[in-house]
Amino acid sequence: MKSLKSIAVGVALALGLGGVAAHAAEKLKVGFIYVGPVGDLGWTHQHDQGRKAVEKAFGDKVETTYVESVPEGADAERVMTQMALSGAKLIFATSFGYMDAVQNVAKKFPNVKFEHATGYKTAPNVSTYSARFYEGRMVIGHIAGKMTKTNKIGYIASYPIPEVIRGINAAYLAAKAVNPNVQFKIVWVFTWFDPAKEADAANALIEQGVDVIMQHTDSPAALTIAEKKGIYAFGQASDMKKFGPNARLTSIIDNWAPYYIQEVKAVMDGTWKSHATWDGIKQGMVKIGDFSDKMPADVKASAQKIIDGLKAGTLHPFTGPINKQDGSVWLKPGEVADDATLAGMNFYVEGIEGQIPK
Amino acid sequence: MMDLSAISPAALVAALIAASTPILLAAIGELVVEKSGVLNLGVEGMMITGAIFGFAASVETGSPWLGLVAAMIGSAILALIFGVLTQYFLTNQVATGLALTLFGLGFSALIGQGYTGIKPPPFPRLDIAGLSGIPFFGRALLSHDYIVYLSILLVAAVWYFLKYTRPGLVLRAVGENHDAAHAIGYNVTRIRLMAVAFGGACAGLGGAYLALVQVPQWTEGMTAGAGWIALALVVFASWKPWRVVLGAYIFGGVSILQLNLQAVGVNIPVAYLSMAPYIVTIIVLVIMSGDRTSAPASLGRVFHASS
Amino acid sequence: MFRLEARPQPSRFWIAVTPILAVIATMIAGGLMFAVLGKDPLASIRMIFWDPLMGEYAFYYRGQLLTKAGPLILIAIGLSIGFRAGIWNIGAEGQYIIGAICGAGVALAAYPVQAWYIFPLMVLAGGLGGWAWGMIPAILRNRFGTNEILVSLMLVYVAQHLLSSMALGLMRNPEGMGFPGSRNLQQYPSAANPELIAGTGIHWGVVAAFLSVIVAYVFMSRHMTGFQIRLMGESPRAATFAGVIPKRVVTFTLGLSGALAGLAGLFEVSGPAGQITIDFASGYGFTAIIVAFLGRLHPIGIMLGGLLMALTYVGGNLVQQQAGLPAAAIQAFQGMLLFFLLAFDLLSAYRVRLVKREHR
Repeated sequence: MKSLKSIAVGVALALGLGGVAAHAAEKLKVGFIYVGPVGDLGWTHQHDQGRKAVEKAFGDKVETTYVESVPEGADAERVMTQMALSGAKLIFATSFGYMDAVQNVAKKFPNVKFEHATGYKTAPNVSTYSARFYEGRMVIGHIAGKMTKTNKIGYIASYPIPEVIRGINAAYLAAKAVNPNVQFKIVWVFTWFDPAKEADAANALIEQGVDVIMQHTDSPAALTIAEKKGIYAFGQASDMKKFGPNARLTSIIDNWAPYYIQEVKAVMDGTWKSHATWDGIKQGMVKIGDFSDKMPADVKASAQKIIDGLKAGTLHPFTGPINKQDGSVWLKPGEVADDATLAGMNFYVEGIEGQIPK
Repeated sequence: MMDLSAISPAALVAALIAASTPILLAAIGELVVEKSGVLNLGVEGMMITGAIFGFAASVETGSPWLGLVAAMIGSAILALIFGVLTQYFLTNQVATGLALTLFGLGFSALIGQGYTGIKPPPFPRLDIAGLSGIPFFGRALLSHDYIVYLSILLVAAVWYFLKYTRPGLVLRAVGENHDAAHAIGYNVTRIRLMAVAFGGACAGLGGAYLALVQVPQWTEGMTAGAGWIALALVVFASWKPWRVVLGAYIFGGVSILQLNLQAVGVNIPVAYLSMAPYIVTIIVLVIMSGDRTSAPASLGRVFHASS
Repeated sequence: MFRLEARPQPSRFWIAVTPILAVIATMIAGGLMFAVLGKDPLASIRMIFWDPLMGEYAFYYRGQLLTKAGPLILIAIGLSIGFRAGIWNIGAEGQYIIGAICGAGVALAAYPVQAWYIFPLMVLAGGLGGWAWGMIPAILRNRFGTNEILVSLMLVYVAQHLLSSMALGLMRNPEGMGFPGSRNLQQYPSAANPELIAGTGIHWGVVAAFLSVIVAYVFMSRHMTGFQIRLMGESPRAATFAGVIPKRVVTFTLGLSGALAGLAGLFEVSGPAGQITIDFASGYGFTAIIVAFLGRLHPIGIMLGGLLMALTYVGGNLVQQQAGLPAAAIQAFQGMLLFFLLAFDLLSAYRVRLVKREHR
């Protein structure tokens, strides 16, 4: 069975690579596989913006293709194989759930480079990349802490995973630093995308007196509700200004374009190497949108100072002293959280009320 | 820390009424369809089609009312595809309904490509002069938008129609025993087509409410399963119009309540709570199984005049 | 006026011809849609229907068609037997999920023990799980007369919530950096359901699907119980006279279709999908209902229907990537195909007569 397998793989490779060789002189083919529709205005939409930026940057030298709404598992594996067979030399897999499928396909096509978003498994031809969104959370947490009058900030959270918990902690610490009375009200909606439910969650939070809403879900629903109710909120993933011109204070923008352009260039130049990237505001992977005119000048200035600090690397959202929720010491004064702890964060910091759902 | 009194009952009632309106509208339409003996599983597809038709039309014309009309017409036409297939081409209703959902989801996303990121014209609210100031009832029941009241009126109309009018009686007869109804001389096919179109219009209205009032925006797949809940609701209500209202508020209420409980800091097992309405529905089904008057006897069966 | 006359026996000629007509009609309607979207209609249609079968890389896609069609066929075969008896299990999606959860549960409980008996135990657990989930509507129908369509549908929702709670809680991979989803069973040899011959796309689930086609064919045409099931669907009164006990048929068909759906879930979670995740269920249970009807509830038809459905998925992804068609267009296209296939079936069961005037 083993030998049969290697023969089949060999055949696949020969054909796959043959196809590539013929076109190599012309264009670099780059494939993108998305978990949602490009029209979701959130996660997938931003990755597609990155793809468009690649097309714009390289013009005739690249040819990008994408397949949207691909379920995780066997379908993802087939679509990536399809891309490799049709000559793609670089494939961006933009969902955590594609991780094992990427590994499987990458083994079959050692000469194709794979880029997997938010995962943790690399290989000689697989890189991972993710963004330090919690840095953005620090900025908007600071703004929220300054802007709230009721001292109650609402947080619409999707699933209880480290990425989301990290964001809550970063935002809370930043808000608490400028407003000791601040209180976070967190609602878990257990979905990344359900506009009606996100809207209902926003309404429930507003009912509890919150006057600033943050979200870690994909749709602009909460922002639209904030606009209607006359409170503040933030854009998530994309700028979202048009959904709430008055409500939106600023936004955390997923800006994959610079990274995608850099990686495409590396493959073109033959300098691509496997790596695990975790970039933040400094490298431009996380971008903060324009400040709203609703923000007083001093808030704009202090928020800008945080952005500058993060850019310069003089500021880290998780700098001790920080205790865990149960009061035990997490970081000693001056100590900065290491990436491994951040990547697996499964606890609230001191001061946040409630429990992480199990 | 967990201060349950922080939840205002009036606000809770107001929120759950608003949140339940799309499924209520879709369910009351499906109830009429099922009463005529047809099971249309395409509610999700019709709702999302209504959402985009309503959204697009109100953006283009600037009138939310025209949007509603367009949503009803658009979804009714889509429903008629199902109607014609099942009534004239005698296709299986379950399979055709599922195909309708698939088609509706794809079709709406295609039409909607140019409408993401646009704000629809605002929908007028109805503050019944002075009444919304009444304690509790004012906030809970009397300060909604027009469609919420319309949905209740619609339920009343369906109830009256089915119970007290002759066409309503005929529709029920068709659903009970289509062969007998045919033998007496009723046009089973035509009656069912009208019911299916009505069901489509209601589902479209529900979808439009979602896109124009509740959220308001258009995004692909934004119904996110609401149509399936509407189907469950009809069963929960044992095909009785007023129980659809009750059921909608319970189904919508569970969701709203858990969000509100979380907002005041109560820890709840969300997954198990979300299952509860469906388990309750099964229990209700079992309890009313002894009562053979409510479920239409011909539900889902193919009717052909010469057979 | 047209009038429909029921044929005494479905026409063999039309049974064979109608699917071809339907596919042609879909190509025309779909081609128009693609043209409106600014794509080359002929090239798009070719990419969906031709390239996966005969194109340059067909050696890969043919296997993928089997992988994709396997669960659809396995579930649809089970459903069709019940449908023949007039017993409507539309909750296969739920039984599929429970089968996967039970099967994966055995594997995750046994981890990291390596032993030959683990996979057979998983198969057993998957089948039993699906069977048990299918028995709920069966028992309720037999005991209380509760409508099985509705109970089985409600149980889908319950299963979906159970799935997401499993992916986030009990079955979450302890080494998965906190992300939802279980361990990947593909990487646990004793529990894995890999391709049996590399590159063919055939795993145990595909084998089971084809076996089920043969068994169902023999069973429905040769076996006494198969005859009784058909009799009950065609004429319940005659069936009771012939000594058929309806309650037994209900128990048997709902249990069987549940078990097959459960097996499909188990084979999928241990093979192509690999793990329990929140989005593990991608609608196979519902699509299988359509497949059962595309196949006219006949085992051979179901096999072809499943393969055709798989073709639209595989070809659909291909045309998306290569022609830049949105996924929504493929969904609408699939919807059209189903409409046409269902509608044209009329010709095999009925004769269309042109009549001058209505009789009445």
